Amino acid sequence: MGKKLGLVSAAIALLVAGVIGGMKFAGDNRGTVIGDSSRYRVETTGGALTRSVGGSGAGAVHEVRNGDSIQAAVAVAQSGDVIKIFPGMYHETVYIDKDDIVLSGVVIDDAWPVMEGASKLNDAVLYSGNDITVENLQIQHYKGNAIMGQAGNNFLIRNNRIIDTGVYGIFPEFGTNGLVTHNVLSGIEDAAIYVGMCDNIHVSHNEVFNNVAGIEIENSRHSIVESNYAHDNTGGILVFITPGLPIKTTFDTIVRNNFIVNNNTPNFGIPGSTVAGIPAGTGILNMAGDQTTIEGNIITGNQVIGILITDHMNAPNVTLDPDADPNSDEISILDNMMWNNGYNTIPEITALKTLELVDGDVQILNIGNSSNSCILDHDKYVTVGLKDFGTCGFTTTAAVTTYLLEEPAERREIAAEDMGKRAYYGVCAGCHSYSIKMVGPPTQIIQALYADNPQGIVDYITSPTKKRDDYPEMPPQNYLSEEVRMAAAQFMLQVKK
Amino acid sequence: MSKARSSRRYLAGVVALALCVPVPADTSIELRDYCPPGFELTDANACELRTLYQNYDSLRHAGVGGPKTGLPEARDGFSPQQVDLGRYLFFDPLLSGDNSVSCASCHHPDLGFTDGRPRSVGIGGAEVNRAAPSLWNVAFLNTFFWDARASSLEEQMQGPLYAANEMGTSPVQLLADITANDTYLRLFRDAYPGSKGAPTLGQIYTAIAAFQTSLVSLNSRYDQYAHGFHDALTEPEKAGMNVFRSFVARCAECHTPPLFTNRQIAVIGVQEPNGRAFDPGAETVNENPGLRGGFKVPSLRNVAQTAPYMHSGTFATLREAAEFYTLGRGHALPDEEKTRVSVHWHIWEPNLSNDELDRLVDFLGTLSDERFKPHIPEAVPSGLLPIGTLPEALTTRLSQSN
Repeated sequence: MGKKLGLVSAAIALLVAGVIGGMKFAGDNRGTVIGDSSRYRVETTGGALTRSVGGSGAGAVHEVRNGDSIQAAVAVAQSGDVIKIFPGMYHETVYIDKDDIVLSGVVIDDAWPVMEGASKLNDAVLYSGNDITVENLQIQHYKGNAIMGQAGNNFLIRNNRIIDTGVYGIFPEFGTNGLVTHNVLSGIEDAAIYVGMCDNIHVSHNEVFNNVAGIEIENSRHSIVESNYAHDNTGGILVFITPGLPIKTTFDTIVRNNFIVNNNTPNFGIPGSTVAGIPAGTGILNMAGDQTTIEGNIITGNQVIGILITDHMNAPNVTLDPDADPNSDEISILDNMMWNNGYNTIPEITALKTLELVDGDVQILNIGNSSNSCILDHDKYVTVGLKDFGTCGFTTTAAVTTYLLEEPAERREIAAEDMGKRAYYGVCAGCHSYSIKMVGPPTQIIQALYADNPQGIVDYITSPTKKRDDYPEMPPQNYLSEEVRMAAAQFMLQVKK
Repeated sequence: MSKARSSRRYLAGVVALALCVPVPADTSIELRDYCPPGFELTDANACELRTLYQNYDSLRHAGVGGPKTGLPEARDGFSPQQVDLGRYLFFDPLLSGDNSVSCASCHHPDLGFTDGRPRSVGIGGAEVNRAAPSLWNVAFLNTFFWDARASSLEEQMQGPLYAANEMGTSPVQLLADITANDTYLRLFRDAYPGSKGAPTLGQIYTAIAAFQTSLVSLNSRYDQYAHGFHDALTEPEKAGMNVFRSFVARCAECHTPPLFTNRQIAVIGVQEPNGRAFDPGAETVNENPGLRGGFKVPSLRNVAQTAPYMHSGTFATLREAAEFYTLGRGHALPDEEKTRVSVHWHIWEPNLSNDELDRLVDFLGTLSDERFKPHIPEAVPSGLLPIGTLPEALTTRLSQSN
């Protein structure tokens, strides 16, 4: 795999230059205390992790049984409803473009509801709504993802069995405040759990194995990855800034108390994907992510390296992005249980080791500039490239339970006037100007007709009739909700220019 | 626009040109004191954008996400008079070196603000290297040109205005032409009431940017779906939407709602048409070999109106453009580029079926909305035929209807 080897070849040139120049790797920064717990800590009030995520379940229950369509139930469901999926085989893509829906499998006598893609269907569950729960499903043999979120906030994805669902298993994207917990995923060509461009995420108690990447946090902030079992993947847990994406940062990630074991599976990533360059045998890989804290993990049996910190310049398959900081800064490696990593490493790491005159299998490697980073105990493990790291000024992240929000994200109230104004100018004004005849009659004339009667406007625009010979018939505006129609009518009656 | 009207204007222009009569100042042109549709006039005489998308947030205010996601920050706040002055400038061939073409010759409202050509044609029939991009929703963009080399509309427009093979004027000629025209002097005074002296280049650029940023398209049937009216789309269109946003086709990863672009540069490895030389695109601008062959991800709003497709018109139809993405990573690159072009990681082999490609085209058609299409002025201050040279696609249409 030529791509793997590319990972550190550039680093050798860098290192050689550093050694010859006598600058970059000459010093040892262990005497400097760097970072303290306040750097990573937020005030949380505790309580259940699920307090602000998932559907309310306050509405009706829809039962879906073998032979029924899950999507048909979603289509009639209202916000607050629960869709119970009974054991059986379901061959479909389910998409949820509404808020507050619970998609809940029912397991009876070990029989699961199974979503079967038969290697033909693209994704199993796509959601864009806020407050979505997806739980208790077995999802297998899809081409794209098992569960993909696009912009939904406050998601809860738990207790799912996901097998060979293509590129990703669970992939929330553009979401704030989400919990991914107690899922078991295997056979994924990229990351089994992939958090992309999200904020305030908690990934815990999942088992991920036989994937290219176990868990990936990418271009996301305020994430905790804890108590997961990542084994027999190509790489266990990744924290990335991927360049070229519209959201450019990754910071404040805590990776703690995970089992990261024997991640030596040959890389079967899709050619061209970033993970296709991961050496088989990588425990934790941090690429350009900032403020990553690694604590309390059990990292064993990863043949290439236990923990690898790199910048973009030394990573394969990466195009530099001037708007994304390429360095991994403010990394904190606290106490972790590590042994038997790096025992069968790649030649590039062996070469780096030789350059630093290090003996033994390398457990932790840093390539590239990493400012304000620290390790709690410089002497405990064999490391390379960590001489600039100071000694951490804190020992634990225990003060932070979660970065999930206390209240769900985006429950904002929109004032009726704003709603009406946006609808009036954003939609109505295409045909109605205040005093000019456009496609429809001027607003002034409508105001005279419907003074103090916004309901009259709502009724008319919901199902218009042709009223005037000199104007075309108005198309119905029933695609706007009743609330928006009323707000627009009220605004229209009081607009003054 | 009715064909009869445009042909009448066309004839009138031919007569005026043939007689070469100097045109007296047109006192009938007055700047509007009201905002274009989609904008609220504030007490400060500024037009501010209003859209239902302002009811939603977006993660880190990046303006990317799903259906109910806020847009990127828009450029707005110009006065009604500046917008309307920009409209006259936009359609006035006075802005070209030989008075033959206007901005609208390549960005025509009836062709989705493009020209229907694979690559644009400037004065004297000179061919340009790339296609005219649509101007719909440019208010939300932060880079301009296919290779993203400009960071504002004002910076961008100086490219075509002064390029010898595009509009072919010069800053000196442009200012001279404007200041020699009494109507423009009056309109600039109306649009910039606090300013003393003759019009400036900056005022010209501002007015054109004001008009361009008024071209807002956010009322498609897709938008009705996005706001919650799920009957706005047919079942085939919904199926297409799910292919579009699936992680197999991955269209939405770069053409991300609500703007249907993530405003990044992507290297997709499309071939040039007809054996043209490989275009290095953004590599040259950024001196970044990783961006060789990279171009700005275009918005797909009103994409059904803007054939042909890609930066130099490689594909005649949306179906062909969609099919490109399922033919394999780098399949279309010339051999000598295969090893040095870093194709975007989302370009892979999704093995989309013919049915899925058809559904994608169905869905792309739901992104059409020209409700706020501006009116082409009946006359422009120069007295020249508004627009000047029409895109060939429209003259062909006209001759066919006659």
